[in-house]
Amino acid sequence: MLKQIEGSRAVAEAVALARPEVICAYPISPQTHIVEGLGELVKAGTLSPCEFINVESEFAAMSVAIGASAAGARTYTATASQGLLFMAEAVYNASGLGLPIVMTIANRAIGAPINIWNDHSDSMSQRDCGWIQLFAESNQEALDLHIQAFKLAEELSMPVMVCMDGFILTHAYERVDMPAQAEVDAFLPAYAPRQVLDPAEPVSIGAMVGPEAFMEVRYLAHAKQLSALERIPRIAEEFAARFGRASGGLVRGYRIDDAQTIVVALGSVLGTLKDTIDELRLRGVKIGVLGIQSFRPFPLAAVRAALQDAQRVVVLEKSFSVGLGGVVSTDVRLALSGLHLHGYTVVAGLGGRAITKASLARTLVEAIADKLPPLTFMDLDWRIVNRQLERETQMRRSGPIAENLLRDVGPVAAKVA
Amino acid sequence: MLQIRIHGRGGQGVVTAAEMLSIAAFQQGRHAQAFPSFGSERTGAPVVAFCRIDDTEIRLREPILAPDVLIVQDSTLLHQVDVFQGLHADGYVLINSKRDFHDLGLAEIERRFRGERLITVPATDIALKHVGRPLPNAVLLGGFAALSGLITLGAVAHAIREKFGTRFSAKLADANVAAAQEAFEAVQRQMQEPSHAQAD
Repeated sequence: MLKQIEGSRAVAEAVALARPEVICAYPISPQTHIVEGLGELVKAGTLSPCEFINVESEFAAMSVAIGASAAGARTYTATASQGLLFMAEAVYNASGLGLPIVMTIANRAIGAPINIWNDHSDSMSQRDCGWIQLFAESNQEALDLHIQAFKLAEELSMPVMVCMDGFILTHAYERVDMPAQAEVDAFLPAYAPRQVLDPAEPVSIGAMVGPEAFMEVRYLAHAKQLSALERIPRIAEEFAARFGRASGGLVRGYRIDDAQTIVVALGSVLGTLKDTIDELRLRGVKIGVLGIQSFRPFPLAAVRAALQDAQRVVVLEKSFSVGLGGVVSTDVRLALSGLHLHGYTVVAGLGGRAITKASLARTLVEAIADKLPPLTFMDLDWRIVNRQLERETQMRRSGPIAENLLRDVGPVAAKVA
Repeated sequence: MLQIRIHGRGGQGVVTAAEMLSIAAFQQGRHAQAFPSFGSERTGAPVVAFCRIDDTEIRLREPILAPDVLIVQDSTLLHQVDVFQGLHADGYVLINSKRDFHDLGLAEIERRFRGERLITVPATDIALKHVGRPLPNAVLLGGFAALSGLITLGAVAHAIREKFGTRFSAKLADANVAAAQEAFEAVQRQMQEPSHAQAD
């Protein structure tokens, strides 16, 4: 059924269609509307049976999720930014224990400086935690990925994060096709746990493992993620066959067949990139874009296959490893080992900086001319950067950086975007 | 693609206006995308929201920098924010005010843009009369339907009922629909006056 609704509402309704039995909720922008929506559906009896548990922190949210999942309940939660960092220890436990929890990350920057806007720093900080990480391009894909995520998580007995851009998707009203309950029921069977805390058949979960078997337990988690490289496309195909649209999978190319330059990106910026690429194509530029839908497991072979015939690769990412450069681009380079391609990393959109078609086109044209530095911060305001650097050279007590830069920028309320 | 930018202040329902506009467009079978300029969510602070309408899927996610339509919910913003930034030469402007463009000090805007597409409507007064609260957002959508003809009053009424009826009450929705209707008629009347006759 077609609906014009907010992205958060679409995700809440999709999660409800998956019939979770326990939802733990702690509010944090920009995720809050999702759990609020689910709270309404539980209260109205639309989602039943389901226990909606308000907890006192994100650490508690994931801890409750672990307990609920270990007791055999289909379990869901959502968070963002500092919330994800605060639950980090429990996040590792959920994957270490092999519990198929599904969690939405409404991607948001991490402070300091405190910032509520979108980038990918939060989920990237947990890329090595053992959860599967899927990225949505649109609200339709976010909705679809949640339905696929429960199936994937439960088939593998492994938790899944569905990452969607905070505000840009969560707060956007757009058209979505909401599946019928019967269709979702046919796609997603009831949860049959591999391990369950059951008083009738007592087991313990969470043994201490010493040097004798720790590496093996970790290896098995890796092997399981590698098996997801086959399962993710298969589930996407099953989904397409039943619901009639392509969502998810490992990677998705757009106009890459004869492309000499391919841009690699994750999430909602793929839409703006596609429009940019269409305009560059009209100017005769052979360029395409490769979207990565599965960031963990990272599809090395699929990325290599998609990029190997290009002459240059530009990784555009909303994340940044201080002291190194790109996060996504490091993985993309691994996929391209031994190939001689020009490679560029463009960090863009940190802390909600708008990514515009004009800036993308300008940056990509520079890359095509091979005039782009290996690492570029798109639309960086060098004026305020250099002023601060100068201040620090001139005086010892140069003061707090964030406050200095805000003073240099001046009032922003008068600016439209 | 039609791009609409709505300016107002926190508490005036700016974001809701963009969302309702997208629902109205969807009701007419079109693709639409509405989103806020996230951030200063304080009451009274300048707020911007955006709506794109097209016949195909909308992929673009940048803020609207070159709008075809501007809706200004609070005329005190005119001298604080450059609301006209990027406005298309053939653009529409609808401002919530009892005064006309000339009296608002916007004579230069009248010269730069097409006069018959620039209009003011006393949306706050109309809202107070029908709704009892100074919320101009739904009212202005009725005015926009009349000004542009790009969306029908019926679709606007549907969007108001969907948004206010489910969230608040059917009574509040009805009051806003009546207010939107009055704004629609007020704008239609103004457009028939000689000063707003079609230039072409």
